[in-house]
Amino acid sequence: MCATCGCGHSHEVITLEQRVLAKNDELAATNRSFLEMNEITAINVMSSPGSGKTTLLERSIRDLPGKRIAVIEGDQETTLDAERIRSTGCPVVQINTGAGCHLDAAMLRDAIDRLQPERRALLFVENVGNLVCPALFDLGERGKVVVISVTEGTDKPLKYPYMFATADLVVVNKVDLMPYVDFDLGACRAQVASVNPKAEVLAVSATRGDNLDSWYDWLAAA
Amino acid sequence: MHELAIAEDIVDAVCARADGRVVRRVTVRIGKLTAVVPAAMRFCFDLAVEGTVAEGARLDIEERAGAAHCNECGAEVELADPILLCPCGSADLAVTAGRELQIVSMEVG
Repeated sequence: MCATCGCGHSHEVITLEQRVLAKNDELAATNRSFLEMNEITAINVMSSPGSGKTTLLERSIRDLPGKRIAVIEGDQETTLDAERIRSTGCPVVQINTGAGCHLDAAMLRDAIDRLQPERRALLFVENVGNLVCPALFDLGERGKVVVISVTEGTDKPLKYPYMFATADLVVVNKVDLMPYVDFDLGACRAQVASVNPKAEVLAVSATRGDNLDSWYDWLAAA
Repeated sequence: MHELAIAEDIVDAVCARADGRVVRRVTVRIGKLTAVVPAAMRFCFDLAVEGTVAEGARLDIEERAGAAHCNECGAEVELADPILLCPCGSADLAVTAGRELQIVSMEVG
């Protein structure tokens, strides 16, 4: 008798030994080669909601007028962020994931087809505000940036280690608010290092402009 | 809830391979460092199989512990979470296990 369902038949066991998300990873590899062929630098920007991702992108677009920048905005609903980016004059498309909590490689492919970014463009992909799910899905990007803000507290890297473990760069935003909140930048840096010793950390203010030159230098080298 | 997207990916893969046969059981391997929660995975799997040839299939999960090699002292360290820290104090660890996320096998017929 079969051990699985108690029926009288014998069932065939098929060995698969295949990676879960293999389909996403294949699509991500296709995206990566398309982007490389067109010399497009795609940066996946991830954070919790309200950390200042869109503000950082708006400021970057205004501060780098010589760069060809394009933006893909991911949110569950609304085109509010795309409208903010569009007001800077930058090409943008919005992805609405509905109930979905992250972007995946297929969504990025569709968005690239709609956006048609120029050759040698810097392409920002603003992921859905969420410090958990986007960490698992390779989009085919060149670099992953995680943004946190000082108002969220020092302990985010240890609370959401999977996200921080994937980051090439951690941007600590809203440092202009440091005098008003209990945020320990040194401790936050140490936490990032404990889950990801290779990640760089930059403390900036996207509204006041603190240390944005370091962010632009990082982008130029990406 | 990224487990739902992952469960759908698993169900798509096994149904494609089953080629119309009924899927009775699916075995997956989940490393402890993958941010995939087995309980959430089971819940989402039961939703994802509805209306497919895998409806009612049993999900077996092989959990794999996290492990790393310390580049400082050479020790093999067990990791309960993604925080890279050797008892010797070093954070220079190379992860050797715990990042598995695989469909191992399935039973059809």
